[in-house]
Amino acid sequence: MAASTIMKKTGAALVAPVGWLAALIDPPLRALQKATGLNGMAAFFLAPNMAIFGIFVLFPLVINFAYSMTGGSALFLSGRTYVGAEQYERLLTCENYLDKRSCVEDLFWNAAGNTALFVLFQVALMTVVAMITALILNRELRARGFWRAVFFFPVLLSPVVVGLIWRWILQRQGLLNYLLHQFGIDQVLWLTDRFWAFAAAIMVSVWAHMGFYALILLAGLQAIPKDLYEAAEMDGTRPARVFWRITLPLLMPNLIVVIVLALIRAVQIFDEVYVLTGGGPGTSTMFLTQYIYEIGFAQLIRNPGLAAAASILMGAVLVVLTLLQLAASRRNQNAGAAK
Amino acid sequence: MSRVAEFLLRRRGGASWHWTDIFTWAWLIGGVIMMFGPAIWLVGSSFKSPAALAEFPPTILPYVTAEAMVEGHDKPLPLYRVTGEDGETRVLAQLRRVGIVAQMIDPQAPGEIVKVNIAERTPVREISFATENYTEPFLHFDFLLYLRNSVFVTLMATLITLVTNSMAAFALSKYQFRGRSFVMLLILATLMVPLSVILVPLYSIISAMGLFNSLWGVILPTVATPTGVFLLRQYMLTIPDELIDAARMDRASEWQIYWRIVLPLTAPALAVLAIFSVVWRWNDFLWPLIVLSRKELYTLQVGLNTYAGELNVQWHYILAMTVVTMLPVVLVFVFLQRFITTGIAGTGLK
Amino acid sequence: MGRITLDHIAKAYGSVEVLNDINLKIDDGELVVFVGPSGCGKSTLLRLIAGLDQPTAGDIRIDGAIVNRVPAADRGLAMVFQSYALYPHMTVRRNMAFGLENSHMPRKEIEARITEAARMLEIEAYLDRRPGQLSGGQRQRVAIGRAIVRNPTAFLLDEPLSNLDAELRVTMRAELASLHARLKTTMIYVTHDQVEAMTLADRIVVLRGGRIEQVDTPLNLFNKPENLFVAGFIGAPNMNFFPGQVEETLPDGLSVSFLDGQKTPVKAATNSGAAMGAVTLGVRPQHLHLAQDGEPQIPVQVRLVEALGAETVVHATASGGERVLAVLPGQPAIAKGDRIALSYRRDLLHAFDGDGMRLAGN
Repeated sequence: MAASTIMKKTGAALVAPVGWLAALIDPPLRALQKATGLNGMAAFFLAPNMAIFGIFVLFPLVINFAYSMTGGSALFLSGRTYVGAEQYERLLTCENYLDKRSCVEDLFWNAAGNTALFVLFQVALMTVVAMITALILNRELRARGFWRAVFFFPVLLSPVVVGLIWRWILQRQGLLNYLLHQFGIDQVLWLTDRFWAFAAAIMVSVWAHMGFYALILLAGLQAIPKDLYEAAEMDGTRPARVFWRITLPLLMPNLIVVIVLALIRAVQIFDEVYVLTGGGPGTSTMFLTQYIYEIGFAQLIRNPGLAAAASILMGAVLVVLTLLQLAASRRNQNAGAAK
Repeated sequence: MSRVAEFLLRRRGGASWHWTDIFTWAWLIGGVIMMFGPAIWLVGSSFKSPAALAEFPPTILPYVTAEAMVEGHDKPLPLYRVTGEDGETRVLAQLRRVGIVAQMIDPQAPGEIVKVNIAERTPVREISFATENYTEPFLHFDFLLYLRNSVFVTLMATLITLVTNSMAAFALSKYQFRGRSFVMLLILATLMVPLSVILVPLYSIISAMGLFNSLWGVILPTVATPTGVFLLRQYMLTIPDELIDAARMDRASEWQIYWRIVLPLTAPALAVLAIFSVVWRWNDFLWPLIVLSRKELYTLQVGLNTYAGELNVQWHYILAMTVVTMLPVVLVFVFLQRFITTGIAGTGLK
Repeated sequence: MGRITLDHIAKAYGSVEVLNDINLKIDDGELVVFVGPSGCGKSTLLRLIAGLDQPTAGDIRIDGAIVNRVPAADRGLAMVFQSYALYPHMTVRRNMAFGLENSHMPRKEIEARITEAARMLEIEAYLDRRPGQLSGGQRQRVAIGRAIVRNPTAFLLDEPLSNLDAELRVTMRAELASLHARLKTTMIYVTHDQVEAMTLADRIVVLRGGRIEQVDTPLNLFNKPENLFVAGFIGAPNMNFFPGQVEETLPDGLSVSFLDGQKTPVKAATNSGAAMGAVTLGVRPQHLHLAQDGEPQIPVQVRLVEALGAETVVHATASGGERVLAVLPGQPAIAKGDRIALSYRRDLLHAFDGDGMRLAGN
């Protein structure tokens, strides 16, 4: 009781100066309102956000195209020379499209190929695991809030923390190898073997993000009216049939959101894998965002134009995915309306 | 214990166990181990000395070999439990090891050297928390600075996010003006433009503004989050317009309407956004990595990654600092988890 | 003072015309009720007066001064909203004080006004509660109190009773009437409930489709509706309408035939050409009675009897298939399927010409 009063009082004391500040700027704003009317006030309220938004999101988006059509290592556009589509050509030219080593920019093709594989397996695994988790959490459970929290916990962890935790567990003399040893399985070089490092990247990212998607699916499951299940039970429908005929179709909007969001995130995968493997061994876990980072920022002689071109290609994929989502959700809505 | 199990495992109505029940519980318990296990392992490891970390097989708790000062020796000597031929167990300190024979002395009677086959001795183990893993990086490395930078970035970014996003959301939900739907569309469209797509031009703009190697260069590009505007706008749409009309009749200025009527009523959504913003900004990695090149400006995430790259052998410090980095988010999780999960379920935002 | 004048007011949202050429003079201290079906523009008209919306054309005057460009805050009016629009995060006291603080009134004066209003409305006990902790009726009082403390030149009330249950509505209606009697301040009251309109109003403004259909005292509206719409809208249950045919011109009016073989003289200016041809006759259900010998007889078959105790509502069908509704006093012995004869008083008949306008002189 006493503690809460103290907290309330300190809270009030902290907020008070903000209140004074707000009261202080009221008279000039009243004058502004008198001069410009409601439209002026709307502009006033929008201004800070839109200014930041314009400078740090919209404007970069536009000049990104300009960057992708210039060459050299100069940072500012004024010092760069126009090269047309050269950067794109460099990215996309291969002698033999089946062999990434024959490409001019083989690192890019390597990263793109890795990303494609990663997206395929990670999203598939993520969706299945999230779905099972959501279905289980949707059962009649005691302490459902606790169980939900369990699966959600890693979502909040920073990529660096996730990467380091798993680097510690997956190292040669780490916990996982010890546990495998207990079961008589030989040491696995989780982070230094090309295959296992890739697999580890997928598992760790699923571990870190699965809870988020499970939560979205769970929200969808809980929105399905209970009486539908009761009606199915009255009809003697088998559980598997209930899942395919009732749960899945009604969950479709959420499932689409989950799959597309997971796709969009997977295409941009960087942080936790970079901390976990550094892109290695070799370049076997180097993905597109890391490629952009290395080319544009990390390597000794930077190539902003090439990085910009690569980021635009990645952006194009993201736009297509988002449009797919819009189309799918619209079709779904129409189907819902038709019912 | 069995009553707890009974409580947890009690099934609705049914008497027998269906295979789905077994699967459910296997999944849930496996989930607890999978999700919490790594973090617990991290915390346990973070209290281990370098020697304990190198041990194989590993232990959860930080055990070290006990040592004792023995008269006539400058350094503490490791203690071993030795079972003699008479079956009697004695605790001896080891002087040195030659081949398979260890030369040991009794700390109580340091005069006499005993030779023991190494197979007959086991180290005396005791739990010891290596708290210096935590204090050293703060005292002798730059981690205190990193912590300060991270706190500054997180608080400032969250504050600016709340103010600018709520103002924009107010304009977009409570005013009819030409171009409103265009602005909305613009904001929604950029939902699909992640930072990683505009790294190069953004970096040049930050540099041109003189914000390279500045914490403000980290903060500003992140604060105009379309998700924040969208979330707050959706919430403000549920505030009845009559309330705004009533305030206008009450001679309130538009600023007062925003500040004294709409903002207090948006508190739940603001809280959700604040929590998310704190977690987002605390966890940011790629952008700070690009903008900050001077060590004293690093945030915890960047600093930690750099140390993990440089001091590859000093895992004891890295693990401890990972725990420190994880701590605020764990606190958020423990106390505000409900807010977040309902926030996500309601808006699909992350 | 609280004289409000509306001069050729029009309001359009884009190409949608909501109000059209509204002219109205409201006297100081008058209680005027805007009534009409939903979408008739009555609430929009109130918002224009309040200053919450701007008219597309025309002038609004308060005490003679044009206030078109004056923002809502400075018009000296107070408004009570349909949803009460109490600030949910403020106590009742803060709710009432908010507007006064915004005009920088001294603390003491604010306190005095709140105390006075709270006493008048009997809400002293909940001054420190939040709106969420109050019942509907209490919230209503607070909303009125918030308007009263402003001491406005006029009160604007937008369907203030529509969120209350039937019983409370009757009580609050009476309280509003006595409040107006005490304050003697101009009130403009918007409702779709004609009983509220009839009981409260000094004058009623009937609106339809963005136009004023009729402005008059409640009884005049009831007794002499100017057109078919007002006739049908005012009075419950609705007036019976029968299509009629002008048979011949009489010295002071027309002779009209209606239903099956009924014939009645109707007063009208005989020279009005428009009055010739098709007309509509109207008679209120309350003005029908069981026919006595020697009276005009309308034979009907009873479809449904609703016995309410004090009166009986009879739904019947005339021989031509026309539906007839009659409200008969008491509990007459009538059952479904009965054939009865109804009659009417000629002076209580309403006659409307082919354009739906009341025939002059009627």
